Amino acid sequence: MAAISPPNAAGRAEPPGRRRAYATGRRRWIGWGFVAPFLLVFALVFLAPIGYSVYLSLFRDRLIGGNSFVGLDNYRQAFHDHEFWSGLGRVGLFLAVQVPIMLGIALLVALALDSGRLHGRNFFRISIFLPYAVPAVVATLMWGFMYGNRFGLVASLNEHLGLSLPDPLSPHLVLASIGNIVTWEFTGYNMLIFYSALHVIPRSLYEAAEIDGAGQFRIVRSVKLPAIRGALVIATIFSIIGSFQLFNEPSILKSLAPNAITTYFTPNLYTFALSFSGQQQNYAAAVAIVMAVVTMIVAYVVQLRGMRKEA
Amino acid sequence: MTTEVLASAVEPSRSGPYAVPRPSRPARRHSVDRPRRSVTLTVLTSLVVIYTLVPLAWLFINATKTQPRLLNSFGLWFSGHFALWDNIRETFTYNDHIFVRWLLNTLLYVALGAGGATFLAVLGGYGLAKFDFPGRRGVFAVVIGAVAVPPTALAVPTFLMFSRMGLTNTPWAVVIPSLISPFGLYLMWVFASEAIPDELLEAARVDGSGEIRTFFRVCLPLLAPGIVTVLLFTMVTTWNNYFLPLIMIKNPDWYPLTLGLNAWNAQAATAGGQPVFNLVITGSLLTIVPLIAAFLLLQRYWQTGLSAGSVKQ
Repeated sequence: MAAISPPNAAGRAEPPGRRRAYATGRRRWIGWGFVAPFLLVFALVFLAPIGYSVYLSLFRDRLIGGNSFVGLDNYRQAFHDHEFWSGLGRVGLFLAVQVPIMLGIALLVALALDSGRLHGRNFFRISIFLPYAVPAVVATLMWGFMYGNRFGLVASLNEHLGLSLPDPLSPHLVLASIGNIVTWEFTGYNMLIFYSALHVIPRSLYEAAEIDGAGQFRIVRSVKLPAIRGALVIATIFSIIGSFQLFNEPSILKSLAPNAITTYFTPNLYTFALSFSGQQQNYAAAVAIVMAVVTMIVAYVVQLRGMRKEA
Repeated sequence: MTTEVLASAVEPSRSGPYAVPRPSRPARRHSVDRPRRSVTLTVLTSLVVIYTLVPLAWLFINATKTQPRLLNSFGLWFSGHFALWDNIRETFTYNDHIFVRWLLNTLLYVALGAGGATFLAVLGGYGLAKFDFPGRRGVFAVVIGAVAVPPTALAVPTFLMFSRMGLTNTPWAVVIPSLISPFGLYLMWVFASEAIPDELLEAARVDGSGEIRTFFRVCLPLLAPGIVTVLLFTMVTTWNNYFLPLIMIKNPDWYPLTLGLNAWNAQAATAGGQPVFNLVITGSLLTIVPLIAAFLLLQRYWQTGLSAGSVKQ
C-alpha cells in the first residue's frame, strides 16, 4: 500500500542541511554505518584513481633511465601542446553553441508543457524524454547512418527529391552533426528537470500575479524563471561538464567519418589515444587533470554567477 | 504489534509539518490552471516531438528491410519484403549467437551494477538524511566535487589499478565502478528527508526496533518511488555504458551490447569486412526496446521521484 503511493510529503521541505536530524548520544555514529558502504566503494573507484592520477602525472617514462620523477614537466608540456589546445577550443565552441540551443529548447518545451495549454501533454512529455533511454552508441550509429551517403537519409533525400544537401560528415560540418546528436539525446532529460521544477511552484503565485494584471509572458519572466533558477544552474553545469567530456559520439562516429575526426578531436579522445594507443600514460594523466581543473573552474564560475543573480 | 504503532505514527504526520501538500490535481481546476488549449503551441511542440521520434522511426523502418533494400530504398518508408523477423533471427544467431552472449552480459552488468548502485545510494542517502553524524556535510561536498572529474581522468588510473589487481577483462571491472551513483545518492538524500518523518523513526525506536530492522521494515516501503527512480536511472547508465567497458574489456565474450554493436559497425565499415548493417540496425532496435518499455511502464514511479528531487535544485 505504502509502496505504491507517492510520498505524502512531496513539496516543501527544508534543504537537507537545515533539516532536523537525530543527534542524541550513541545514535550519532549510526549514520556512518549507513553511509560507509557507499564511501568505501567511492574511495576505491573515485578517490584512489584521482590520487593515483596525480601521482602518475609527476613522472615520465623515458627510454633511457626508466620511470623518473619530473615534477611539473608534464603540465608544462600540456600548456604548449597544440593538439590539446585545439581539442579544448573545439569543445569550447561546442559548449558555446550547443548548450544554449539544447537548454533553450528544453526550457521552451517545459514551459509549454507546464502552461497546460497543450493538447495531449503526457504524450509530449514522454515522447520528448524517450531519447534519454537510448544508449549513446545507438543514438550515434542511428544518426551516423542517417547522415551517411551510403544508405542514409541525407543520401535518400538528395536522390529522391533532387536536393544537394551537404555531407554532414565532412570535416567542417561534423562538429555541428555531433552537436545535433547530443541535442537529440539530452533535450528531453533537461526538459524533465525543468518541468519537474516548474511543477512544484505553488499555483497561488500565478493567481496572485494574474490579479496584479500580469500576462502569461510576464508570469514566465517574473515568477516561473526565478523560481526554477536552481534547476537552470544545475542543468547548465551538468551540460558544461558533459561538453568538456565529449567522447562517445565522436569516438563512435569515427568509423563512419574517419577523415573528419582526428585522434585529438576532443581532449578526452586525446587522453584516450595518448594512454591506450600512445602508451604515454603519465602525460595523459596530466592532460586529464588539466581538463578536470578547467571543468571545475568553469562550473564553479557558472554556479557563482547563477547564484549571485538570485540575491 | 509494530505495524499498528507505526501505522498510527504515520497518520498524524499526514497532517503534520511534513504534509504541507503542493496543490494537488483537483486544485488545478482554477481558471489559472485550466487555460484554453492552444493549437499554435501544440503545433510548435509537435515539431520537437517529430525531431525526437523521426530517428526512432527510421530505426524501426530500416530494421524491417533486407540488406540490399537497405542500400537502395527511401530511408523513411518501408520497402520490399517485411524482413523484421528474419533480421531479428539473424541478429540472434549470427556469429554463433554472440548477440545473446552480449545481451546476457549486459543483463549481468545491469543487475549487479545498477542494483548495487541503487542499494548503496539508498543506504547512504537514508543515512545522510536521517542521522546527524560528524562529517556529514563533508561527505556530500566530496561526492559532488568528484562528479566534475572527467571519466577519462579516472579511466587510465582505474585501468592500471584494476589490471594490477587482475580485474581487467572480467565483469568486475565493469561492475565495481558502476556501483557509485552520486546523482542517486543526492536523490535518495532529498527523497528520504521528505518521505520519512522523524516521528516515525522515533516511534519505531520506542517500540524497540533496531536501526537496521527499522530501515528494512519501515523505511524501505516509504522510499519505494525514490528507489524505482534511482534504479531506472542507474539502469540506463549501466545499460548504456560504453566508455568503461571500452577500456576494461578486450575479450568480445565479455562485451556488453553497446560494445558489440560498435564492433559490428566497425566490421561493416571496413573495406573487406562483411557488411552487416541490417544486423547493426536490428541489434540497435533490440537494445533500446527494454529500456523504453521500462520507462513507459514505470512512468508513475519515476516522475514522482524526480519531482521530489527537483525541489532542492
